[in-house]
Formats: sequence, C-alpha cells, structure tokens
Amino acid sequence: MKDIRYIFAIKEAMEEEMERDENVFLVGEDVGLAEGSFGASRGLYDKFGPDRVIDTPISELGFTSMAAGAASCGLRPIVEIMFMDFVTCCMDSIVNQIAKMRYMFGNQYSVPIVVRMPEGGGLNAGPQHSQCLEAWFAHVPGLKVVMASTPYDVKGLLKSSIRDDNPVIFIENKTLHAMKGSIPEEDFTIPLGKADIKREGSDVTIVTASRMVHESLKAADALAEEGISLEVIDLMTIQPWDRETVFNSIGKTHRLVTAHEAVKQFGFGAEISAAVTEEILDELDAPIMRVGAPFVPASYSLEKFYVPGADDVKNAVRKTMERSF
Amino acid sequence: MSKPGRKKLIEFYTRMVRIRKTEEKLMEVFSNGEILGFLHVSIGQEAAPVGICAHLSDLDYIATTHRGHGHAIAKGIDLKYAMAELFGKKEGFCMGRSGSMHLADKKHGIMGANGIVGGGIPIATGAAFAARYKKTDQVAVATFGEGATGEGAFHEALNFAAIKKLPIVYVCENNGWAEFSPQSIHMPIKDVISRATAYNMPAVQVSNDVLEIYEAAGKAIDHARAGKGPTLLEVKCDRWHGHYVGDAQKYRGKDAVEKAMGKDCLLNFEVTLLTDKVLQKKDIEKIGAQVQAEIDEAVDFARECSFPDPSEMMDGLYI
Ligand SMILES: Cc1ncc(C[n+]2csc(CCOP(=O)(O)OP(=O)(O)O)c2C)c(N)n1
Repeated sequence: MKDIRYIFAIKEAMEEEMERDENVFLVGEDVGLAEGSFGASRGLYDKFGPDRVIDTPISELGFTSMAAGAASCGLRPIVEIMFMDFVTCCMDSIVNQIAKMRYMFGNQYSVPIVVRMPEGGGLNAGPQHSQCLEAWFAHVPGLKVVMASTPYDVKGLLKSSIRDDNPVIFIENKTLHAMKGSIPEEDFTIPLGKADIKREGSDVTIVTASRMVHESLKAADALAEEGISLEVIDLMTIQPWDRETVFNSIGKTHRLVTAHEAVKQFGFGAEISAAVTEEILDELDAPIMRVGAPFVPASYSLEKFYVPGADDVKNAVRKTMERSF
Repeated sequence: MSKPGRKKLIEFYTRMVRIRKTEEKLMEVFSNGEILGFLHVSIGQEAAPVGICAHLSDLDYIATTHRGHGHAIAKGIDLKYAMAELFGKKEGFCMGRSGSMHLADKKHGIMGANGIVGGGIPIATGAAFAARYKKTDQVAVATFGEGATGEGAFHEALNFAAIKKLPIVYVCENNGWAEFSPQSIHMPIKDVISRATAYNMPAVQVSNDVLEIYEAAGKAIDHARAGKGPTLLEVKCDRWHGHYVGDAQKYRGKDAVEKAMGKDCLLNFEVTLLTDKVLQKKDIEKIGAQVQAEIDEAVDFARECSFPDPSEMMDGLYI
C-alpha cells in the first residue's frame, strides 16, 4: 500500500489506463502544458505528448462532442471539464448526443467516453463555480454517474469508468483533491454500480456520496457518543445505484437519511427516498430525512452557511430517531 | 472625432490610476484573506476600459468578464459599494452574493462580470437588442479575452448582431493568455479581428494606448448609435500578473512576465501627459494621493459593513 492524494490518484488512473490502452486519450482546457487546472494531469503531457494529452480552446461543446465522435469510432476519450458549472455549456453534447447514440442508433455505435469534472463549494467562488449537478445527469437515460469520495475509490472507479464501453459522468469534489489515503501498489478497479458501506451501524442508514461521506462519518462519530449507531453507505455510483446494498441496510436499521451537497430538492436523495417508499415502505419505522443545500444559488459570502455538513446530518438523524410510525 | 481636451485627458488618466491602484489594493487585501474566492486583476490593461467607457453614458450597457474591475470602475461604479461587494458585505451592489467575479451595478449599466467565459457576450447583445426594440439610442459593449472567442457564444452573438445590425461594440482585450495557455494553443490565427470577416462586420485593431483606443471606440460607438451595426475592436495588450492572484505562473517564464510588465499603458500615458505639459509631476502626485485616499476610504467603508445574515440567504428568490 502507499499514501496518495486524491488528485494524484486521478492522475495515476488516467496514466495507467493510457499505458494499458493506446486508444485512451485526455482532452480539455489546460490539461496538457499546464497539467490541469487542479493538477490532475501532472506529468502526462511530458509522458504521452500532445497527441494524447490535448489542450483545447475554450469550447466545451465542441471538444466534448468531438470526443464523443472519436469514441464512437473506436477511441476512448477522457474529457476534463474544469468546473462542473462549465458542463452546462456542453449539455447538448452529453444529453442529446452521448447519452442517446447507442440506443438511438439501434446498438450500432457505443460511446466509451468519460467526462470528468469537479463539483461543489469550498473555494468561496460563488454561484457559477460551486454547483453540484449530478442529479441532472442521473435523470438522463444513457449515462452512468459516478462520484468518488476517497483516493482509493477515485482511482478504482475511474479505471472502471475508462474501461466501460458506455458513457460515464465522473464527478470529483474540489475539497477532496488534497485528501490523502492509501491505495494498493498494484492494478485494481472498483465495479460501477456497487455501493460501499463506509461504516457499519444499526440505528440509521445514511445514503450519501462524495464529500458528504466524510461529513456523515464525522456525524457518525459524534452520534455514537449519544448512543446512536449510523450505517454510512457511500453510493459511489449514483446511476445505476445499488438498491440491494441500500435496501439490505434499511432492512437492518429501519431508518433512512440521505445526504448530498447538491440542493435538496430533486436531488438523488429524492430518488432513493421514493424508491424506498415504493418498494420497502414496510421496513421503515420513521419518516425519511433528506440533507442537501438550501434551494438557492450558492453565494460568495454565505458559502459556509450554504454547504451542508456534519451538523446537518446529525440534525436529520436525530429527527428521524425522534419520530416513528 | 475631436481630440480629447485637457480636462478629458486628466479624467482618463485619473480613471486609469483609479483602476491600477484599486487592483493593487485588492491584491493586498486578497493576500491577507480579507476577500475570498477568485480574484482576477487587469493590471496592465487599464487603457481599454477607460478609452471605451469615455464614450458611454450611464444608460449604455456593458457586460464584462471575470477580469472586470477595470470596466466597472471606468463605467463609474461607486468604489465604496463595489469594495463592500468585493468584501462580501450586504451593503455591496449584489448584497455580498457576487464578490469580484459577478460584480454588477444596474444604475451604471454594468450588467455583470461573468464566471462563464463568453457568457457576457450574448447578454450584451441582448441589451443591444432591447435598445433597438425600444428605439432608444443606447449602445451596448461586450468585453472579453481572446480565449473567449473559442466559445460558440461569441460566434453566435456576433452573427446575430451582424444580421440585425444591433448597436453593440465587441471589445476583445487580447492579452495573449487564456488561463495557463498562450494564444497559439487556442487560435490558428494571429488576430482576433480576422474572425469578424465571417460576420461581415467591421473590425479594428489597436494597441494598448488609451488615446488610440478612445478614438477607435468613439467611431465604433457612433457607428452603433447611428444604427449601422456592430464593430469588433481588438486591443492588443499584455497580462502582467497570473491568471488569478496566487497563480505562480510556472507555465510562463520570468522573462516573459518582465517583458509584459515592461509595457505599461499607464506609465506611457503619464509620460505623454508630462511631455505635452498637460500635467506636471506635482499634479501626478496629487492625483495619485487623491485616488489612494478614495480607495482607502472605500476599503475602510467595506471593512465596517456587515456580512449578510444567513437568514437572508433566501431573500429575493422568487420560488
Ligand atoms: C465556460 C467556461 N470555461 C472555462 C472557464 C475557466 N476559465 C476562466 S477564465 C479562462 C480563460 C479566459 O481567457 P480569456 O478569455 O482570454 O480572458 P483573460 O483571462 O485573458 O482575461 C478560463 C478558461 C470558465 N470560467 N468558463
């Protein structure tokens, strides 16, 4: 095992996959000479050269759809979108083209593309640089949506995403880039579509992902002192999500809290809550609580009150503990 | 176009000094953590905003970019409330919600800096459309860097404005860098004005000289006001500092930075004014001191203002 930062785990995943498969290439703004705005491609330009680590003009729509075209002709592009907010400039590419090509063309073309982007607050960068939009993509049939919370997960999940024959929206979190964690020296992957129980517990199930996994773990430590035991499930893949793991956990705890950094309304927590009530309502002993940001844009000076954290998780857990059917 | 008289020249100079010194102050307060988020300064690029906004009234519109302090100041923003915004205070123009990257002031026709590259170009085009629709003689200006001309938004807006002959001037401040990449990575052409050919739009290129910019912008704005349609104006300039404050610029050699800093539109203008005896050394000092006092007062004001209360977060959301 070795210690590595999240951002370098991303780099290693890309580097190893580029070594393994000559059809894998990286494309995006400032990914080459500048080695990535957040440093995710450090050393890759020197190693693979400008044909495989490709700096683009500021043209998200153009280069994302070009990557899709290349993917449908046998290449395996990794597209970097500098901030998740900028992906809004290439929604046609992702929603109308990438997500639909395989199905719409009767399985003739597959589009093995990974579109990577960091989401979330943490930089006080205001309304156009702090958004979490995973639910948009999870709502579009034809896209897999992955969110990684640790260096180990980000490496294993990114490798699986690159090897996947279908499009994957791969969501990082800016506040996690500097996080350290240990990973194996040897090649490993983590399957898409499987959740990970980050902490076992018996009273309440928390279904979460990305940065909120860590906030939930903090909440779990604090609540343990109050005698409440939390089971923290890191979904890792938001679409398709791991029903089995979530339902099994609820079968044990009978209480559910969902937590994401994105605004609460219409977030992935809502989908999970709905599925639970549709399919295993009888297992629930109390109403489901959802944690998410308030339904308002992020703002420059109120970020620390806006972005949800461990306290919000604790409050939601206490609420569901206080109530019962 | 008549040559600017003495009073105007001094006003141009004062505005350029105001931009320069404000941004120097911003770098200082950013470095000591009083302002947060991203701070993009336009030091070395003060000539364009001043030369252009000299032709605009409060009723005219401007939409700018992440590097937009200069335009807001040149368009007449009140420094105190701008500073309050940059400090994230609720007395700021945007209630502390925008900070540097989205600074807006409706009273002066400032339609916002923008966090999305190219985002403001069609917005300004829409302002020009509204002016035409309402048959006013207002004009709009969109400012942006050469990097933004890679976005579809730029091309779509110019095409539309050219077809409709909208009253707008597109001002590209070509500082040679888009974030960490030189122009050669972004563009197969040397001059942004070449792009105007595709839209059958007049285009003018000028150097980073306030008087040259003033003259060219004057013609373009008159042209727009007269209903003759848009112009693309390219100002060749240099970015002195990193993309944002704190950018170590490893991608750009020290020599290149020094070379850029050797080209100083403010100093050049100062020399011209001294040579032409418009100003004397002591006037320069006096203007510098006055502007500095204004800025210090704005910073003191901003410090005394209060942060919005978390309970105000939802205010103004209409859902
Ligand atoms: C849609 C979008 N893509 C990428 C970015 C990141 N970004 C911010 S500024 C910038 C470079 C802009 O260069 P240019 O337009 O030349 O303006 P300059 O910074 O030189 O003033 C980039 C890529 C962004 N903010 N928005």
